Parts: sequence; C-alpha cells; structure tokens
Amino acid sequence: MAAVGSTADEAAPGETPGAASRRPSRRRDRALAPGVPRNIGWLYVLPGLLFYGLFTLAPMIHTVYYSLFSWDGLTGKTWVGIANYSEAIRDHDLIWSFIHSGVLIVFYAVIPVVLGLLLTAALTRFVVRGFRFFRTALFLPQLIAGVVVAQAWTWIYADDGPLNEFLRLVGLDSWVRPWLGDFTWALPSLGVIGTWVTYGLCMVLFISGVQKIPATLYEAARVDGAGPLREFFIVTLPGLRGEILVALVLTTINALRSFDIVYNTTAGGPGGTTLVPSMYMYQNAFLYNRVGYAAAVATILAVVIFVLAGLVLRVGDRSEAA
Amino acid sequence: MTAGRLERIGSYGVLAAFAFLAIYPILSILFLALHTKTDLVTGFAFPLHPDLSSFKAAWTEGHFATGFKSSFIVAATVTAVSAVLSIGTGYAFGTMRFFGDSILFPIFLLGIIFPYEATVIPLYYDFQDVPLLHINLLNTYWALILPQIGQSVAFGTFWMRAFFRSVPPSLVEAARIDGASSFGVLWRVLVPQARPAVMTLSVLVFVYTWNEFLLALVLVSGSESHQTAPLGLSFFAGAARAGDPTKVAAAAVLVAMPIVFVYLFLQRHFVRGMLAGALKE
Repeated sequence: MAAVGSTADEAAPGETPGAASRRPSRRRDRALAPGVPRNIGWLYVLPGLLFYGLFTLAPMIHTVYYSLFSWDGLTGKTWVGIANYSEAIRDHDLIWSFIHSGVLIVFYAVIPVVLGLLLTAALTRFVVRGFRFFRTALFLPQLIAGVVVAQAWTWIYADDGPLNEFLRLVGLDSWVRPWLGDFTWALPSLGVIGTWVTYGLCMVLFISGVQKIPATLYEAARVDGAGPLREFFIVTLPGLRGEILVALVLTTINALRSFDIVYNTTAGGPGGTTLVPSMYMYQNAFLYNRVGYAAAVATILAVVIFVLAGLVLRVGDRSEAA
Repeated sequence: MTAGRLERIGSYGVLAAFAFLAIYPILSILFLALHTKTDLVTGFAFPLHPDLSSFKAAWTEGHFATGFKSSFIVAATVTAVSAVLSIGTGYAFGTMRFFGDSILFPIFLLGIIFPYEATVIPLYYDFQDVPLLHINLLNTYWALILPQIGQSVAFGTFWMRAFFRSVPPSLVEAARIDGASSFGVLWRVLVPQARPAVMTLSVLVFVYTWNEFLLALVLVSGSESHQTAPLGLSFFAGAARAGDPTKVAAAAVLVAMPIVFVYLFLQRHFVRGMLAGALKE
C-alpha cells in the first residue's frame, strides 16, 4: 500500500510541468486582453445562444409553464397551480413508470458498468492486441437508431425468433414465451436490450482507460505482494474513477430518457408493465389530450434526471477527495 | 506485463464473445432480411440463397426514398449549421473573457444532459402557430431542423471550446500582434487547425440527427413527404410486421446502413468523440 502511495507521488511530478505551463499561459493570454475588445466574444456566442435559447431553453421553461394549467390542447387553458403535481405524486401509473425506470437503470447502467469492469479486470494484466477490431464491434450498438434496435430485438424475442429457437434447441421448452408480451418478462427483456446497447461503450471506455494507468502502479502493487483481486481494487478501480462516473451518468440518463426502444417494442404494454415516464408523457400529451399534466410529468422527469446526474457527479467528487 | 498464456487466451475468448454478442442482433436481422416471406424463417436460419426482393419491396412500400431524402436534408442542415455555430461559441468560450461568460458556459453545459423529451410538448404547440410570426411550421423540415440545432449547439460548444483551449495561446498572440482581427485569427489561424475536431463533431451530430425519433414522431407525423427514415420505419413496422417480417427486417437494415457505413469509414471520429468528449471536463 505504501509503495503504491509513493508511486502515485512519483507519477505526479510527471504531470505537473504540463499542467503548470498550461495554466500561467492562459493567465498571460487573459492579461493580454487590454487593447483587444474581448467583449466581442458575445458576437461569436450570440448566434449559437439564439438557437439554443429559442429551441431548447425556452421550450423547457414553457413546459414548466404549461404544467401549471389544465389544458386539453384545443380550448382555453385553466390555471390550476400545482394541482398537476399533487395529482402526479398520487398517480400510481406515474409512480410505476418511475419504478420501471429504476429497473431499467439496473440494466442500462449498473449491469453494463459491472460487466465492463469484470472484463477490464481480466485484460489489465497484459496489453491487448487487436483491440481496435474488438472496439469496432463493441461500439456498434451505440450508433444504431433506436427504432432499428427495436426491430432487431422484436425479431430476437419473437415466438419463432432466435431466442426461443435456442431455448428449444437446448431443451428448455418450458422457457419459451413471447418475451415482450409477457407480463413478468417484458420489462427485463426491454432491460436486456438496454444492456446490449450500452455494455460495449462501458467496455471500450474502461479498457482504453486502463491502458492509460501507469504500469509502474501495477508493478508497485505486485512488489507489495498484491494478488489480482487486490490489484483490481487498489489500482484499477481508482484509476478508472473518471471513466466509471462518465459511464454511469451517460447510461443512467439514457435509461431515464428511453423512449424510442420502448415505443417501438412494447409501447408500454402489456398492461402497462413497461410504461416509462417519457412514454407516459407522450400518451398524456398526444393521445389523452392532457397537455398540462403531460407537461408536469415532463418537468418531473427533467428534474429527476438533473438531480441524479448531479448526485452521481457529487458522489464522484467526494470519492476523489477521500 | 505478466500473464499466463492460458489467461491470455481466456481473456481474448471473453472479449471475442462480447464482440460477437454486440453484432449478433444486427446480423440476425440482416439474415432475416435476406430471406423472403415464403421461406417461413425461424430462429437462426442462415440465408443460403440470399434474396434482395424484401429490400426492394420495403424500399417502395415503406416510402424510404422520401424518408431518406427527409433524413438527409434534416441531418445535413443540422450538422452544417450547428458546426458553424459551435465554432463561434467554442472560440469565444475557449479563447476570450467577456461579460457573463462564467454564467453562460454552464448554461450551455446543461444542454448536454438535457432531457429534450421535456421540450416536445411546447414545440408541438408553438410550431403550430409560431408566436409573432403566425406561421405553421408543423410537418415541415424546419420543425425538425431548428430544435436539433439548438440541442447540438450545446454539445458542440463544449467540444469546440475544449479544442480552442488546447491551441497554444502563442499562436493567437502572434497573429494578433501581426494585426489580425478576432475573426481573422479564427478564420486564418484556428479554423484550419480545427478541421479534425470539427469533423468529429459533425460526424456525431449527423448520426444523432439521423437516428432521432421522438421529434419526428411528434412534429412531422402528419406529412408523409416529410417523414424521416426512422419514423417511416416505425410506421412501416407497425403496418407490415404481421404480414411479412422479412420486409420489416429489410427496412430496418436500410435505415441503419448509412450510419454503419459512416461508422466503418470514420470510426476514429466516433471513438474520439464519444470517449474523449465525455471525459474532457
């Protein structure tokens, strides 16, 4: 342990010159400001800010505004204050949709991160050759449109699709079922799709992160007599802190936002067992004509996402300080 | 580093297995698409006699010529405009100090984790009758282009700022001493260097815009001629799956194909954008 600590200290001076030279130079850059109209920066920011403000920020604020009304989208709005919110916290469908999201977070975020770490642990003990080839394949699910992913997996889960065919082949006939139409299995089946979409990203993130951890840290741990498990916990895991945080934030947000895949596979069914908040918002706004309530659901979802992202980052900061 | 031979083989085996799992669902739908309905495909059926008729049928029946055109117009416009806007914002935040910059930049950052799902409701109602202008933008390309520029500029600002900060300040100083204006510095000195960063940003924005679904569903469902490829696929799947799953599979492969090609040719941009972009701050 002491050896590892000292190597970390030795590694630090290696970084400092770069950081040190970068920081003063920026200050010098700023000191140069006199004579140069720096407020011209506004001119460069303004066009982008206009689009971002008009078409992203303003609609978000507008959503919050809508949420204070009872409105069917056609006739006049009626001011109801926070009534939509007090209805929301007692709305079982909404509460269940967030519970479903919680389950999806396990599949979209927790499982891929754990899976990624396990594989990474196996790969830290030597330099991976041909990683680019594996990376190509592992990254692919991230880039495919949600609608396409939904079609692919609808086929995999179909009555005579590959999954059921495989189960029949290995004699597990009793397991054969219409996965996405099953009250118990639809949600985990959706979750597995999310795991498939995100695990590659986590693996690539962690494996390329591990290759950047100085080899001296591992050597020091070994000199200290650390086994593979201990090595993982004292070198690999702390070394990947940044990557793990990013992966958790990205995948948790994806889980909470998931709409495309849900809409195009189960549409919230069967019997509401896969209803998620974004789907519920869509239904209220565009199918049930409860625009004000839908806006309240959207606002709650946005707040939950911001709070969770903030929490993950906050916890990350603290573990760094410790 | 030290590792037994057996351990290496085992590790590569696990890596290969996960890589295979990542592409299997895509392969399985490709195999399905290469069959015809009369093949009565089940399970892992490999297309021994690949047949493109499902692709032809899907292309015409799903109106994908229109879908591809719409998706291309929208994605190309969003990409080009947000790249230009992001160079501007990135330049300002990356190299200048100006009144309010420390408040403005976090506001842009917010846009990266922003759940834009929460903005579709007002977009739908405001585009029906745009305030002040009183025009109807629903079921037009504008309805998809404008909001997606807004969303892309958030990430673009973050990404280009990181690039401009990485440029040695001496470069900017030298140009300034030579009497270059702020635009001259940007245009003649920085933009030529920024080309790889702009390329990465463009590739990412193009892919996200091409794949977008909810905005299209809400804002252009009413006009068949403005439907994007993913929206067309969603409608086509709903109508045709029960009848002929091979056609739906073919349609899905068609929609994914442009992105897969872009990915295979410009792979390093994706990896750099998605990994480095995420980690930079």
